[in-house]
Amino acid sequence: MPGEIVVRTEQLACCYREGRVLECVSFEVERGDYVGIVGPNGSGKSSLVKSLLGLVEICHGTASLFGSRLKDFSDWHKVGYLPQSLNLLNPVFPATVRETVGLGLLSLKRFPKRMNRSDNDKIDETLYELGISDLKTKLVGELSGGQLQRVLLARAIVNDPELLVLDEPTAALDQETRERFYSMIADINRTRGVTIMLVTHDSGAIGKYASKMLYLDKKVLFYGSFEEFCHSPEMSSLFGEHSQHLMCHRH
Amino acid sequence: MNLLEILSYGFIQRALLAGTLIALLCSVLGVFLVLRRISLIGDGLAHVTFGSTAIALALKMYSTLSLLVSMPIVLLASLGILKLTEKGRLSGDAAIGLVSALGISAGIILASVGGGYNVDLLSYLFGNILSISLEEVIIAALLCVGVIVLMSLYYNELFAIAFNDELAKVSGVNASYISSILVLLTALSVVLAMKLVGIMLISSMLIVPAASALQLARGFKACIALAAAQGCGSVIIGIILSILINLPASATIVMVNLLFFATAFVTRRIIYPKNSN
Repeated sequence: MPGEIVVRTEQLACCYREGRVLECVSFEVERGDYVGIVGPNGSGKSSLVKSLLGLVEICHGTASLFGSRLKDFSDWHKVGYLPQSLNLLNPVFPATVRETVGLGLLSLKRFPKRMNRSDNDKIDETLYELGISDLKTKLVGELSGGQLQRVLLARAIVNDPELLVLDEPTAALDQETRERFYSMIADINRTRGVTIMLVTHDSGAIGKYASKMLYLDKKVLFYGSFEEFCHSPEMSSLFGEHSQHLMCHRH
Repeated sequence: MNLLEILSYGFIQRALLAGTLIALLCSVLGVFLVLRRISLIGDGLAHVTFGSTAIALALKMYSTLSLLVSMPIVLLASLGILKLTEKGRLSGDAAIGLVSALGISAGIILASVGGGYNVDLLSYLFGNILSISLEEVIIAALLCVGVIVLMSLYYNELFAIAFNDELAKVSGVNASYISSILVLLTALSVVLAMKLVGIMLISSMLIVPAASALQLARGFKACIALAAAQGCGSVIIGIILSILINLPASATIVMVNLLFFATAFVTRRIIYPKNSN
């Protein structure tokens, strides 16, 4: 339902052994939002999304998904996650694209998590939707950066998630592939109504697609609609008016 | 001696049956361990098996009874390696090295203090599958069935953590629990494989079939099937060859395994020259 809060954080700080990387992060994401999370290197963007997924320890404050405190959250079938692919891939991993995408369906399964024929149909349907049916028998180690990214996206959406979290998904891609990828995510947001949280260092490109921007540098410096972002005096002083104008110029 | 004659001996039938089952376990588990980059856990746990066997022999518990001492100790050691990795600010290889050092030094001290059982302990170092008793075959078969049932129940979750821990967690897989199951099953297999190839060569039973399968497999299930076929084939060929040309069974099994690896390595370079680097 529109207006429903999908993600909420209150005074969140997350910790590694080396210390805290975020301080007092509070924001809410509503159903259907497309949130671009931007900020300089080392600002805690990846740590923020990882803490929301339970992958990094939250040492202060709270986070909730779909109204449940993170530690009580178990509806992982509502969430899709796409990490930075180059860090993820073991180049000799022997799985085919079909097998890899199938792993995304595990969140829908109860023990023992077995696959059936309808799962195979679902996998084929998702591969077709993303235009990569021809890759299904290829090994993941044989794919180009752009192909791999689409395969991992297929894995992230094959379970029809309500929230899709993407962590610098385009870091290794060229400009053209990157634009195509952002546009594909915008389609998923629009046609499926999936809430998107996308981390990127590319503030200019994401501005064309995101409905909200979250600017992070250890803490939230700005969170609001893209229009507000474009007229924010804080962002003007941070980027300079000219850069802000370039970022906000939607094609 | 011809092949039919060889196969007619009870001790060889027992060796082939138990050896094939143990190889099946080790090679399938090995695929998950190699892909998680913790394949040397087999070596570490084998060293712990050495220490635990020294304890068993000091308590005058031989053969099947020694398994009763070894199994709980090796199972605990496998969990210890996991905990050291998770909580001890150690990488997997360092944790394996620590536990391995503990196992082997405890074994040496006990062997030295006990004096009289050093020869028995040496037989565990190099394995002696041809001396396996019917009782040991039955225990190996029961454990193998148990491990294979567990692995098939957790297959997709094991596959998920082998692919990537973080993605597995976000798919609702309890990665820490599934990792524990993987290392516990490995610990059981290592104790069983001690009789087959000995403590010194156990890790080869885990690593070599998986390494060969990774050269040629076109899919995860195919990789497991290839590793299993090589593991079982090496044991059968190795045992028969060792009898025909009078060589130690354990080392012959491992050499056959390595020959399969060399063949797979070369074949990959012929079939997939573009993807060979």
